[in-house]
Amino acid sequence: MMLGRRSDLPLKGDATSRFLPWLVALMVYLSAVAVAGTFVLAGLVSRWDHDVAGTLTVQVAPVPGEAGEMLTDERVRQAVDLLRRTTGVKTARALDKQQLVALLEPWLGSAEVVRDLPLPRLIDVAVDPDIRMDLGDLAERLAQTVPGASLDDHRVWLSRLINLSLTTQWVAIGIVLVIGGVTSATVVYATRTGMAVHKGVIEVLHLIGAHDDYIARQFADRAFSLGFSGGLLGLAMAVPTLGLIGWAARRVEGGFLPSLSLPIGGWVVIALLPLAAAGLAMYTARLTVHGTLARMP
Amino acid sequence: MRHRPRGEHIIRFDGVGLRYGLGPEVLQDITFALPSGSFHFLTGPSGAGKSSLLRLMYLGMRPTRGRVVLFDKDIALTKRYEFPALRRRIGVVFQDFRLLDHLSALDNVALPLRVRGVKESEVQKHVPELLGWVGLADQLHAKPSTLSGGQKQRVAIARAVIGRPDLLLADEPTGNVDDHIAMRLLYLFEELNKLGTTIVIATHNEGLVQRFAHHPRLHIEHGTVQKVE
Repeated sequence: MMLGRRSDLPLKGDATSRFLPWLVALMVYLSAVAVAGTFVLAGLVSRWDHDVAGTLTVQVAPVPGEAGEMLTDERVRQAVDLLRRTTGVKTARALDKQQLVALLEPWLGSAEVVRDLPLPRLIDVAVDPDIRMDLGDLAERLAQTVPGASLDDHRVWLSRLINLSLTTQWVAIGIVLVIGGVTSATVVYATRTGMAVHKGVIEVLHLIGAHDDYIARQFADRAFSLGFSGGLLGLAMAVPTLGLIGWAARRVEGGFLPSLSLPIGGWVVIALLPLAAAGLAMYTARLTVHGTLARMP
Repeated sequence: MRHRPRGEHIIRFDGVGLRYGLGPEVLQDITFALPSGSFHFLTGPSGAGKSSLLRLMYLGMRPTRGRVVLFDKDIALTKRYEFPALRRRIGVVFQDFRLLDHLSALDNVALPLRVRGVKESEVQKHVPELLGWVGLADQLHAKPSTLSGGQKQRVAIARAVIGRPDLLLADEPTGNVDDHIAMRLLYLFEELNKLGTTIVIATHNEGLVQRFAHHPRLHIEHGTVQKVE
């Protein structure tokens, strides 16, 4: 009973009272995981976008042979000079060998192994995002001036990554919508069953002058109450699960995975899921009762 | 209660027929009119169609043909959402009582007031008073399953009259009570009638009809009204 309102229908003992909260609990649990995934991915996309926007990387291939190291250093200097003269470039900084080794260490193992490999040299370039640069022209000039130099503006892999993330987000949103649809369908079934079970009581209420909404409200109140208790149960199950995933993700961070923290907005949405589920159940029950009663004399 | 001037027709049937599904007509060419403030016994043998006629009168069904006019409203032209307002002006005592088993006697009788949105303080004042009047003061909180047939009938009657209806329809309201209680209930109906309620009582109890012979009778046989006295 919502807000302590009186109910003339004996809905408390119905079989639906037993299964609906568990079903809603499961739906809220799955929705919470899907919502958390959506928010984490949205955060990742925005962070990648922010980190990579305004940066370029110039790669200079190592020159083989005994004098290779010196020649490579010379080419890096030339590339840095060219970049610094280019309009729109704020800074151009060549990474030294130690920094390169540190970057590759999580992937290739100990520094000793990596140090002897012929590694390409990297130049980290910061550009002014307000100035539109002709990156094609810059890449061409680099290739002509510095043999073995190439320009990477991160856009290709970033756009693919963002596409992947956005697709995954839409899939997660789709899952939440399907869960909402399944919850609604279950409430429709439960309400119709309840109406069939209490047909006699509904008839009496009608004959003494009850409006359809008087009857619908009682089913809606019950659906809200069951939906909310089920929703809280689902939330209680989802929070430890999300905590566990977060803990596991933090353990494998350190280069491989970016931070997978759920923003406060995500927690707010997840906290509101029981209320949303209860509201959906209430609204669906009300519509179902009105629809069914409209077919009665 | 919005009583009408006595004498105006509160209910009118014109060539009404009723059939259940594809079965034969259980009511045929029913034509009569009841003046406001009248008191009629509805008599006839078992299976004559008394309950079906009452069902049409309390808007439990719509006729399959003909015209029913209730409180000046042609039922065929009345929108579904207007029905509750009409039904609130009608009190019904069902032959099988149709009490809600999970509610106490008090809550059963309070139902018509609660669906109208009457204040709970008013409900708690009037319902015990009426239940006391029908001899059930000590059964306010009893569930119907613990009451005898006669007690259930009195609860059903109290539920029908609590809203001071314009039209009271009772299907065998004295079928399960002794003579003393039957008389008492009939006096209650007469009191309501004096206050302006139109009464129609379907009954088999010929003795009772004879005792209150000053009230006219609507006699039905083979699905047709034979006479309105």
